[in-house]
Amino acid sequence: MNIAVCIKQVPDSDKVTIDRETNRLNRTGVPSVINPFDENAIELGLQLKDKHGGKVTVITMGPPQAEQALRDCIAVGADEAYLITDRKFAGADTWATSYTLSLAVQKAGDFDVVLFGKQAIDGDTAQVGPGVAYFMDIPVITYVKEVEKTETGFKVKRVTEEGYQLWEVDGKAAFTVVKEANTMRLPSLKGKMRAKSATITTWGADDIGAEEEKIGLKGSPTIVRKVFSPPIKTNREIIENEDPKQSVKELLGKLKERKIL
Amino acid sequence: MSPKEIWIFAEQREGVLSNATLELLSEGQILANKAGYTLCAMLLSADDTNLLQPLYNYGAKKVYSAVDKKLAYYQNDYYSKVISDLINEYKPEIVLYGATSVGRSLAPTIAVMVYAGLTADCTELDFDTEQMLLLQTRPAFGGNIMATILCPNHRPQMSTVRPNVFKKKKLGEKEKGEKITVKVDLSKVKERMRLIEETIEEMDAVDLCEAEFIVSGGRGLGSPDNFFKIQELAKELGAAVGASRATVDAGWIAHFHQVGQTGKTVCPKVYIACGISGAIQHLAGMQSSDFIVAINKDAQAPIFDVADIGVVGDLHEIVPELTAQIRALKK
Repeated sequence: MNIAVCIKQVPDSDKVTIDRETNRLNRTGVPSVINPFDENAIELGLQLKDKHGGKVTVITMGPPQAEQALRDCIAVGADEAYLITDRKFAGADTWATSYTLSLAVQKAGDFDVVLFGKQAIDGDTAQVGPGVAYFMDIPVITYVKEVEKTETGFKVKRVTEEGYQLWEVDGKAAFTVVKEANTMRLPSLKGKMRAKSATITTWGADDIGAEEEKIGLKGSPTIVRKVFSPPIKTNREIIENEDPKQSVKELLGKLKERKIL
Repeated sequence: MSPKEIWIFAEQREGVLSNATLELLSEGQILANKAGYTLCAMLLSADDTNLLQPLYNYGAKKVYSAVDKKLAYYQNDYYSKVISDLINEYKPEIVLYGATSVGRSLAPTIAVMVYAGLTADCTELDFDTEQMLLLQTRPAFGGNIMATILCPNHRPQMSTVRPNVFKKKKLGEKEKGEKITVKVDLSKVKERMRLIEETIEEMDAVDLCEAEFIVSGGRGLGSPDNFFKIQELAKELGAAVGASRATVDAGWIAHFHQVGQTGKTVCPKVYIACGISGAIQHLAGMQSSDFIVAINKDAQAPIFDVADIGVVGDLHEIVPELTAQIRALKK
């Protein structure tokens, strides 16, 4: 099976803090990681390869340093990696990103399945998977937990708010994968060695034949007007006593005052 | 020229409209009034008999109704074809979808089909009457920052909007509206996928997303056995039980209790966080709660930044005492 996995490199959100005075994100020294949800897509790809044979190709669009995320994928077992990078891609929203990635995936190979994480933890949009699928003219199923290959395509389990759905898909398809699907395997020593020396193919806008007016800021329908920090509650009250009984009494008093209890 | 339109995607499952749809109609009404637009709904179903009146009752003046057996449930190819055709024909200014598992899958496909802007998972909407643009505000970086997004040059302006953020408001029982019957022709759309089975799971606890009170436990509990302290307080309050990612990852409690960026987003009337430090990934899922009480040993814990009342102290002392005093209060 020929498997593609699209990934994104993101700042490790557990280590991002906010500077309450300047309302800015402290990103200095924050390590970049593979988007945690993409790890589930990678593992699902590797499992499909383990079962059916074939190849796992990872593709990312990002700045040059996103190469590290691709090497991390090779360390756990990915076979090939493509870095789609160009200054012209800067400022891309999900529309332009979907367009760009879809061209890269199609150029990288003829894939039976294209996998994505459920969403990226920095933007949290969950929009690029369905977008790429449309540009590639393949069906997409989102929030997928299990994938089984069938004679004609795939059978997948999709997570909904209330439970599960089983879907049948004919032919090639794209899936976005949820966290509950699996846990990504650890890299082997051999994998780590391979990751160091592996060749990463780098493509820019011209290599994938992207139309200039559809990429980067120019190709993006949406723009960010402002970014701000969610307001801190200024009227909060702190209760601190030696005696827990007293603290609870005060707490209940305040809740009653506000008619909450 | 007839007034411009703002459309709400009316999401139905098994012939029942989602709460998110009704919330969106109420919020859409406010935007429509500001902009001078007409509030409309678009409804895809196998049978619209019982679905039109509720849409009128929550403010839709027009309902674009597409009825076909193939539209009984959300199937991305059929739904996106019908909706993109409608958008291209009637050219609404704004289209809003609930940020549900359906809306967040369908809207991105439509956005690329019609070259529209799409802002995901908005928690605040407003309308700039000078530039005549929709202001779409959403959390990013797990709620660490908020961003306001515009779509200046492409139409429609589209957003998915987080459920449980806006309040639904029924206007009346017999509100009037106009039905526009949509001609559906899906004969040229190849059936590439089909739903073969659906399972609704019974949740064994109060549903987190619907709960008015939530009591949540974090790593401060120290061990899985201590979750009973949270459960007892929750029982006394008729509350749902929530949990931080740390406790779920450690296997102390099932994933469906998890509140946060990778769990559920909740907005109860009261959220009581016990022994939760307040990693941004948790705050992302609960900071829009109406009232937040935090109980934590560490006075510097970030959870206190979002709390209305913070109790500095040991949860192992405070929580059982709180349970006991509430119990006494009831008697």
